[in-house]
Amino acid sequence: MPDSHDETLKTQGATAADSQWPLWEVFVQPPHGEPHEHAGSVHAVSAEQALENARDVYARRGEAVSLWVVPSSAITASTPDDMGPFFDPGNDKPYRHPQFYKVPRGVRVV
Amino acid sequence: MANQAPRSDSQPDDSARTAEFEARIARGETIEPKDWMPERYRKQLVRMMSQHAHSEIVGMLPEGNWITRAPNLRRKMALIAKVQDEAGHGLYIYCGTETLGVDRQELIAQLLDGTAKYSSIFNYPTLSWADIGCIGWFVDGAAIVNQTMLAKASYGPYARAMVRICKEENFHKRQGYEIMATLAAGTPEQKAMAQEAVNRWWWPSLMMFGPHDADSPNSDELRRWGVKKKSNDELRQRFVNLTVGQAKAIDLTLPDPELRYDDATENWHFGPIDWAEFWRVVKGDGPCNRERLAARRKAHDDGEWVRVAAAAYAAKQRRSSEAA
Repeated sequence: MPDSHDETLKTQGATAADSQWPLWEVFVQPPHGEPHEHAGSVHAVSAEQALENARDVYARRGEAVSLWVVPSSAITASTPDDMGPFFDPGNDKPYRHPQFYKVPRGVRVV
Repeated sequence: MANQAPRSDSQPDDSARTAEFEARIARGETIEPKDWMPERYRKQLVRMMSQHAHSEIVGMLPEGNWITRAPNLRRKMALIAKVQDEAGHGLYIYCGTETLGVDRQELIAQLLDGTAKYSSIFNYPTLSWADIGCIGWFVDGAAIVNQTMLAKASYGPYARAMVRICKEENFHKRQGYEIMATLAAGTPEQKAMAQEAVNRWWWPSLMMFGPHDADSPNSDELRRWGVKKKSNDELRQRFVNLTVGQAKAIDLTLPDPELRYDDATENWHFGPIDWAEFWRVVKGDGPCNRERLAARRKAHDDGEWVRVAAAAYAAKQRRSSEAA
């Protein structure tokens, strides 16, 4: 478990018994080969307990063949302010799309 | 935290950002935790989502009352599963609320100290087994109508929690309706018990949709910001229209002498709601307000040793892994 979580536990200080445990993001993989998808989050003291809580909260009806739990603090995400410039390199490359290419008249399937 | 909103600070020059925000909502875009949002939008969502989460949690109490006395094993298993689902629903929505930069701990503290509200329906007692049927049929039925709308709410984490909940809620409604259908087709005493429960739960269920549109202070804003897509009265009418036929099918009578089909509007017209009763219960004077909060506080206090033990165990595991 990353140190930041030990810190979280410590900083909650005086009311430790009543404190909120670290937050974990839960990813659920449904059956039939789909990828893991973010489902929500749980609080837990350890990775093992996070998995158990995630099972109880997000997989009560056979929704999952696999679960990932990740400390929320370990996720680095893009920010909405980045949106334009950050994704820009992909936006001006129409030649990545099949529509960019011409197909001779009469050819239906390429 | 990756999934959490920075607490947005409201500046006087926010009007341009607010206009852009409202334009996004008008285009049907979804607002995500890290997107800029007016402070008022954040506050309204925290209020609404936390009330919703609290309702799921407090809603476990009236039903939990009958788990030990369910009439057979099939009913008992179903009821335990339903109550467990309600806990899960509470957690989905607390998790969604946390993305707005509040802690679940703060929210639970507000519930326990009585400053947060929850749905007034759960301040009514469950006096007979038929009440469990009525809760599934009416209360979960009303919740489905409301949550189906909220599954299209402008705030992504709320909408996604609602999609998840709606998938599970249909089992709740059907198990309740099955209980009522079985009682209604039973002995005269069983049918009378079912009818008596319907008589008590019908009007409080209509109140679940909240005050009339004209008296609902938050409604306009919530609709303008795409949190709610329909008004309280529209949702209430939809619920009545759906339920009349279901009652008829199992030969139970909804306790409203004014109930009649209106050809012009294609709606079932219903009589006046006792709003004095609604406000009395909302303000804390329902039959079970004190009992419900006392039960929540006791559960929280009784659970303390579990929280202490789990934290101690985690600390011990960390120490032994460091030593190794």
